[in-house]
Amino acid sequence: MRRDRIGLLLLCPALLLVLALFVYPLFYGLRLSLQPRAGGLFTNYTDFFGDARERETIVNTLRLALPATLINLALAIPLAYRMRRRIWGQRLITGMFVLPMTLGTVLLAQGMLSFFGPRGWFNKTLLLLGISEEPIRLVHNATGVVISLSIAEFPVVFLLLLGFVSGIDPTLERAAQMLGAGAWQRFYRIILPLMIPGIATAFALSFVATFAVLPSAVMLGQPAGETRVIALAAWQAAYERFDYSAGAAIAIIMAGIQLLVLGLVLGGRSRLYRGPATGGKG
Amino acid sequence: MTVDGDASGHVPTRRRSSIVASPSVWLVYAFVLFFLALIGGIFFTVLFSSFASTWFGGWLPDGYTTRWYRFSVDEFSLWRVLRVTLIVAASVVVLSLLIGVPAAYVLARRNFRGKNAVFLLLLLPIMVPPITYGIPLATMLYEYGLAGRLTGVILANLAPAFPFVIVIMIPFIEQIDPNLERSARMLGASPFRVFTRVLLPLAIPGILAAGLLVLVRTIAMFELTFLTAGATTQTLVVSLYYAAFAAGIRPTQSIDAMAVIYMSTTTVLLLLALRFINPVQMVSRVKQ
Repeated sequence: MRRDRIGLLLLCPALLLVLALFVYPLFYGLRLSLQPRAGGLFTNYTDFFGDARERETIVNTLRLALPATLINLALAIPLAYRMRRRIWGQRLITGMFVLPMTLGTVLLAQGMLSFFGPRGWFNKTLLLLGISEEPIRLVHNATGVVISLSIAEFPVVFLLLLGFVSGIDPTLERAAQMLGAGAWQRFYRIILPLMIPGIATAFALSFVATFAVLPSAVMLGQPAGETRVIALAAWQAAYERFDYSAGAAIAIIMAGIQLLVLGLVLGGRSRLYRGPATGGKG
Repeated sequence: MTVDGDASGHVPTRRRSSIVASPSVWLVYAFVLFFLALIGGIFFTVLFSSFASTWFGGWLPDGYTTRWYRFSVDEFSLWRVLRVTLIVAASVVVLSLLIGVPAAYVLARRNFRGKNAVFLLLLLPIMVPPITYGIPLATMLYEYGLAGRLTGVILANLAPAFPFVIVIMIPFIEQIDPNLERSARMLGASPFRVFTRVLLPLAIPGILAAGLLVLVRTIAMFELTFLTAGATTQTLVVSLYYAAFAAGIRPTQSIDAMAVIYMSTTTVLLLLALRFINPVQMVSRVKQ
């Protein structure tokens, strides 16, 4: 039909733009990474994996991304589970969790430097309550970066899981209760298995986001040492050594690791139970 | 609900279950308070510091002054930075709405072959972290001589912005009854009139929400601007990063003054956006 074709034309600007600003640059980067300043096709890649300092950035990044993601899941799963039922101030609470999103990682890092610093309010409170004898070192090391990643990513993980949990039909739980299952049993045997796909999605997305950490690793960590993350290595190659080819190669390696984890987690997810857990929502 | 109207023998059961449930509710509130204390602590540390004449180790600053705001206006060429931020953010909002809303309409209303593939392709720039595709994108923009200029910064920021508009707008458009369009068309309205008189007024809350969220995200977008901006095209957040990065040179209070300006802008905009949209929608639609 003619009208349908005209309708589809409305989609064209968006499609062209995503091709120009996302798909083409990725292929451009891939091609660029295979044209090193000197040496053969894969020189950039063999250089990266051959140099211990460069190779280590992958481990450094994993040491930040994995703890932050796991902490967030451990906190968000019980919270989302409880918040699926109405509690007082629900809208306010979910709204509040969005706040760190607006603060942005740069501002969060700048504020955390003082707040978690040796003379900041956090350490002062710990001393006051007698929890610690002397200030704990929470900034300019990996701990600071993990804390900042947790604060920044928690809202996403929580809201994602909340959306997922509220899609689980409450009658399933009521049926279990009627058959004599206790609260823990209901969570462990009914809700948790149904939440697994949501948890897998949240894990994958949170990991991908935290694996790309840059500003907080520089500002709150030790960018020359234990928090020299892979994004920083890519940036230094492109913008400090002006070796765009090597920078593109490291960015491609970073994307490869992210895709690998996404593929493993989401691929594994599709092998789990995917039956009807939703009660005709939407 | 199911127990309502039952024999009175059921009432104790309900009471007991509400008492059993209450510790978990208190845990939720305790956690929320802890989280709020962290965010509030970070926020107020920055706020107090920006007004502090000096602050050495005490609970509160030693004295108060507004000098750092004047200092940071001069030191960081704040007016230029604010103007750049405004131009970039406004252009990104307008362009991404112009491109995103029609596309969202098609995706919400029509079925065609390859629709899922198109949708996935449009989701990718939101799901892939900006730093991952930002480096190749910035390199490409440098190649074409666009990076370092406003055009380049706007284009780079557009990459995740218009897909975000599409994702936010689809549920809003799905909520509009297609019969309204059909009846308008049957009564002889041209497609353009249907759009301006029927669709647009009904979609305004969604458009406002999407626009405000894109505005907030663009102002807060560090990575893409950082990779494409030149010395004169830095936005607020990038200039904040450079200021904090070279912290030794300038007093912390002046950086915090800039942070407060940045923070108040985004928070006000976000609170406005939350009036139109439920936060759960913001992520769960994006990531299914």
